[in-house]
Amino acid sequence: MSKTAIRVEDLSKEYCIGARQEAYKTLRDTLIDAFVAPFRRTGKLLRGQATGAAELDEKIWALKGVTFEVQPGEVVGLIGRNGAGKSTLLKILARITDPTDGRAEIYGRVGSLLEVGTGFHGELTGRENIYLNGAILGMKRGEIIRKFDEIVSFAEVEKFIDTPVKHYSSGMYLRLAFAVAAHLEPEILLVDEVLAVGDARFQRKCLNKMQDIGQQGRTVLFVSHNMPALTRLCERTILLEEGQLIKDAPSHQVVSAYLNSGFGTTAVREWSDPERRPGRDIARLCAVRVRGQDGKFSDAVDIREPVGIEMEYEVLKPGYILMPHWHFVNEEGINIFSANDTDVAWRRRPRPTGCYVSTILIPGNLLAEGTVFVDAALTTLNPDLHQFTERQTVAFQVIDTLEGDSARGDWAGRMKGVVRPLMQWRTQFSPNGYASATTMAEGEV
Amino acid sequence: MKTLSEVPVIVIKPSRGWVSLKLLEMWEYRELLYFLTLRDIKVRYKQTVLGVAWAIIQPFFTMVVFSLFFGRLAHVPSDGIPYPIFSYAALVPWTFFANGLIQSSNSIVGHANLVRKVYFPRLTIPTAAVLSGVVDFILAFIVLLGMMLFYGIVPTLNILWLPFFLALALVTALGVGLWLSAMNVQFRDVRHIVPFLTQFWLFVTPIAYPSSLLSEPWRTLYGINPMAGVVEGFRWVLLGADTTPGPMVIASSFVAVGLLVSGAFCFRRLEKTFADVV
Repeated sequence: MSKTAIRVEDLSKEYCIGARQEAYKTLRDTLIDAFVAPFRRTGKLLRGQATGAAELDEKIWALKGVTFEVQPGEVVGLIGRNGAGKSTLLKILARITDPTDGRAEIYGRVGSLLEVGTGFHGELTGRENIYLNGAILGMKRGEIIRKFDEIVSFAEVEKFIDTPVKHYSSGMYLRLAFAVAAHLEPEILLVDEVLAVGDARFQRKCLNKMQDIGQQGRTVLFVSHNMPALTRLCERTILLEEGQLIKDAPSHQVVSAYLNSGFGTTAVREWSDPERRPGRDIARLCAVRVRGQDGKFSDAVDIREPVGIEMEYEVLKPGYILMPHWHFVNEEGINIFSANDTDVAWRRRPRPTGCYVSTILIPGNLLAEGTVFVDAALTTLNPDLHQFTERQTVAFQVIDTLEGDSARGDWAGRMKGVVRPLMQWRTQFSPNGYASATTMAEGEV
Repeated sequence: MKTLSEVPVIVIKPSRGWVSLKLLEMWEYRELLYFLTLRDIKVRYKQTVLGVAWAIIQPFFTMVVFSLFFGRLAHVPSDGIPYPIFSYAALVPWTFFANGLIQSSNSIVGHANLVRKVYFPRLTIPTAAVLSGVVDFILAFIVLLGMMLFYGIVPTLNILWLPFFLALALVTALGVGLWLSAMNVQFRDVRHIVPFLTQFWLFVTPIAYPSSLLSEPWRTLYGINPMAGVVEGFRWVLLGADTTPGPMVIASSFVAVGLLVSGAFCFRRLEKTFADVV
């Protein structure tokens, strides 16, 4: 058993983008250039310099000096904004494209899943596509035959297996595509955003499958924008920004850092530039903040204590009735609950322009442990004009310190459920048996 | 648990200059080649009215036109063989070649989504495109056998050479296809070159006329066009044309192999840019 599954050393990738425009001076220059350019381009091409058919002189480092190691059996997340180099990194590791500099070593068979359904052909039946797609992803024929039934039942397309996939609904198509890919069994799996497909139920199924893969001791490198999924699946996450590795740490830390890169803690998210505030012509979101019981900003709250979340917004047009509301989402992507502003002070009252802060107070002993992601939204009522829904504005951890006075009692193991209210319990005891039946009867009398 | 020696190690680093063909890896992916070929065959005539009949229509009607204009009107010589079968015996391998060339030169661009998202030896794509034409070839060949029966032509033992000439056509189509498919990624000019190239090539190949119009050594030199060797080879093994094309076929074989090897290296060299440019 080797000590490392993936070793990346100083990996860089340069892309050519955009065209440098040269001002043609004279017709003669233009004509000469028109004659010479194809030869020059062909020459460049044969020297192994990719230029494309156009002159692409401006260069950009999609990845610059990235170094990290992944141990066998680790599930590592990879996050970053669009264009941060996540996909480029996966493509290099999947050997789809060459790095410009640096090197990487991979110990084990690699399977990559950069897109679901690559190589599916609409004219072929589900059965034929399973074989073709399996072969494209690097499965052996015997392996596909062995797993065929499993794939079909996972995708829930038994009845349509001999129908051309162009007649499939998009849901069936995606299910089948994911099913084939999910049954790959390489030691190292590279996954890019595949969970962004299908309906909620199927997404959950995919997530569970991914978790299984992780628990089977396989190494997974997982790119996603789905923070809840990421914190649930990966213990460790790497944050990329402009091609560089910014942070490599336990997932919840990296997710926090990512959610507010440049703002300090996760507990506060502010839009200081009025031009870039989310919203429409009536109201815009200025800030979202999480405050603990002591009134200080906090990204970690005790499960027993209340937490206040405030939405600061500006009203640009007077005379509308506003309804700020929240959606709270857990790390499995499940909506824990939503809440509409019911504060009597401004309820059903048209508001003048200005700045408002609406705070929701969530009592202690309600939320379950884990990360809670907060979506901030605002709508006017009569007419119902949607102003903004900003997803994953802030996130905070709910922590149980196991002191015995939370809903856990004295249990320190895993607990299920999206909420964890502290309930009243009562016990009745009767030493000679038949306790419940008699006491119930007595109680009703 | 696997021991260290069993774990395959993949080293990724920038490749520079000419790279190896990785034929061993091609062999490991032979099942993918099989499935890609199978798919191309299955898909080719889906949602067409005439279906596989197209495999026959193309060479057959070209033969009819050639017979009418070149055979009847222009009285082009045909080495003493009835003109229709003289031209059809050439059109069958030609159609296989031309379709293979067209399919393979568009193959990488046509599979852009695959190239951008999955790793596998890229050489399988154009190879599958050429191989899938074999089924069409067999169909058109059955018609050729029927015509031979009609004209009462009995092939000699030379027919044992037939697979060789089919392979020669395949190697030529793949060789040119590799060059063009790799260039097509960078220069979409190729798309405009291909129809012109096949048309041009049709006329410089002895399909409508016999190569015996040339005297030696020019006839051997004509073999530089590998398809000349293929076409005359087909006539020799099937129709017993008395002009044994020996030296010409040798010349053609050398050129065809040269095209394939150079095409494969060129393809491999440009391959690393495919995913970024296509």
